[in-house]
Amino acid sequence: MSIRERLSGNEAVAYAMRQINPDVMGAFPITPSTEIPQIYSRYIADGKVDTEFVAVESEHSALSTCIGAEAAGARAVTATSSAGLAFMWELLHVASSSRLPITLACVCRALTGPININNDHSDAMNARDAGWIQIYAENNQEAYDNYLQAMPIAEHPDVRLPIMVCQDGFITSHSVENIELLEDEKVKAFVGEYTPENYLLKHENPLAVGPYGVSAYYMEAKMAQAQAMVNAKQVILDVGRSYAELTGRYYGFFESYCMEDAETAIVLIGSSAGTARVCVDMLRAQGRKVGMIKVRVYRPFPGEELAQALENVKAVAVMDKCESYSTHGGPLGAELRSALYDAQQHPLLINFVYGLGGRDFAVTDCEMVFNALEEALQKGSAKPVYRHLGQRGGDLRGL
Amino acid sequence: MAYNLKRELNKPERFLGGHRLCAGCGCGITVRAVLRALNPEDKAVIANATGCLEVSSFMYPYTAWKDSYIHTAFENAAATCGGVEAAYQVLKRKGKIDDTYKFITFGGDGGTYDIGLQSLSGAMERGHDMVYVCYDNEAYMNTGIQRSSSTPRFADSTTTPVGAVHQGKPQNKKDLTEIMVAHGIPYVAQTTFIGNFRDLHEKSRKAIYTPGAAFLNVLSPCPRGWRYPTEDIAAIVKAAVDSCVWPLFEVENGVYRLTYEPKRKLPVADYMKLQGRFAHCFKKENEWMLEQAQQWVDEKWNALLEKCTNT
Repeated sequence: MSIRERLSGNEAVAYAMRQINPDVMGAFPITPSTEIPQIYSRYIADGKVDTEFVAVESEHSALSTCIGAEAAGARAVTATSSAGLAFMWELLHVASSSRLPITLACVCRALTGPININNDHSDAMNARDAGWIQIYAENNQEAYDNYLQAMPIAEHPDVRLPIMVCQDGFITSHSVENIELLEDEKVKAFVGEYTPENYLLKHENPLAVGPYGVSAYYMEAKMAQAQAMVNAKQVILDVGRSYAELTGRYYGFFESYCMEDAETAIVLIGSSAGTARVCVDMLRAQGRKVGMIKVRVYRPFPGEELAQALENVKAVAVMDKCESYSTHGGPLGAELRSALYDAQQHPLLINFVYGLGGRDFAVTDCEMVFNALEEALQKGSAKPVYRHLGQRGGDLRGL
Repeated sequence: MAYNLKRELNKPERFLGGHRLCAGCGCGITVRAVLRALNPEDKAVIANATGCLEVSSFMYPYTAWKDSYIHTAFENAAATCGGVEAAYQVLKRKGKIDDTYKFITFGGDGGTYDIGLQSLSGAMERGHDMVYVCYDNEAYMNTGIQRSSSTPRFADSTTTPVGAVHQGKPQNKKDLTEIMVAHGIPYVAQTTFIGNFRDLHEKSRKAIYTPGAAFLNVLSPCPRGWRYPTEDIAAIVKAAVDSCVWPLFEVENGVYRLTYEPKRKLPVADYMKLQGRFAHCFKKENEWMLEQAQQWVDEKWNALLEKCTNT
């Protein structure tokens, strides 16, 4: 029997961490992820876990601590947001290239400039090419479920990559919702122990980590990382199936909602899916053939699978909670457009940048997106193919 | 047992030949000497900031280190080592390992005085059971002799070049050892490799075997950056110590102790004249530089003597 509770997204992640009882946590507060180390330190104070809680002086040192600890043979975790993740940037690459399966709870928040504490995906998206697996949650339940799957995915011998478990700041992290939790012993059995093959503190054999990689070897190291990310796809699906057997909740690369006969579809990431689902239901009730795809796994990017899921759709809106200043759209838009290039059928595609810095995405906004798709279908053109949603004044000029 | 260099040198090396450090590099001497202070039966994990030592000693697929070793980045060696030490504590507690490990971090002055200062301060304040060793060669030598906050005043570096208007570095050297003392950690020492290496050896032993965080600052000359013939390194460090440019002292639980007092205090100019980086200070019109260098060293030395008698 699972446990029924009411928890926020941050509480859910901290709860999952307690059940796993990792060896080392590198901890540094930043809104809106602060509660995770805060709640966890309470578990430590109460003797519920025996993690080494290293309360460092910066996010940079938090990830450095995790890298040292994981290389030493321990299971290491951290949590951060926004500027904290940006401050870790150099070490994100060190962690992935050193093939250290660290788990990072990313509570997504806008990057500074101007400073803003609310949700968008600019922090995690700016780290998308750092060699980390990235899994995004829609709500507290998914944040919990994704966290429990993180280590079995990341630590798998075919993968050995760090993993970012992302949820939306405040919208998910601070909203208290119903949740189903697993019993501690089931979590321990599912997640298991961390048993690396080589580590710094191995009795039989010392290890050297972090070499100078000359040109004759550097490319092979990068290829090995890329291969590990390819391998991660199957492992993510396998772990998702085992988790479904345990909980009845199945997770793949993405969730398709009302896509069977959809003519227009919206593709998005994270908590906006809840809004879009309501909008889809509303428009379906009006007889409009609309659907939604919620991307859960962004790294590895399920390009082929997404293209397949969209093969019968006539027009698609790809939603990015992140501006990339390419003048060509956001990251999800660019990658999905690229994936569709190799597909037999191309839907019309509009890439919307929306929800930056906590700008609200309401059901009416979602309806506007579907209306824009229908208009594009009527005109036979999606232009302009890169747009912004929800801002004051007009859209970009000169495109 | 009394210190005996010959006996120490018979210990199995933990930092092996075949590394690519320059001939006459002070850093390699420092590393070997520090590692000799480990009990041969104890295991160690070495953390290393990016710099000369790292690129010269662990070029894939070769390593010069017998012990486990980790390099991650330039500015975070202390935090990385703290993470390893935290892992050790918890894995030992959980019964997953039973060896005794010691944790030693090496960083140059760039990685320690400058870009790694925050990480160092954090690790020392948290009290990880580790030793941070700064091999201080007084500039960013790995990138080609750029000034650091450890570079002494008037030194010619590639970012404080001597020109028609400017005459080397305008600022005095940062006193990192004092900053570390201010952290209130159990053991801080300043040393270098003079004579039979006893000072460096004994301080390394104390640093390694004192529970908690310890910091060693080791003057480790660089023949390329300081511009002296490689074979002169012993004379250079001796002059640094005898001129009181680099006093040898330790601070144990807040108590200062001078570990070497020069029989005859040499003029700072005697130390500076051995090095090309100070050559311009010896021009007739630049006498004021020697005077100011002497004045600064005298002030620092007197302040140190006072601390050694008053604590």
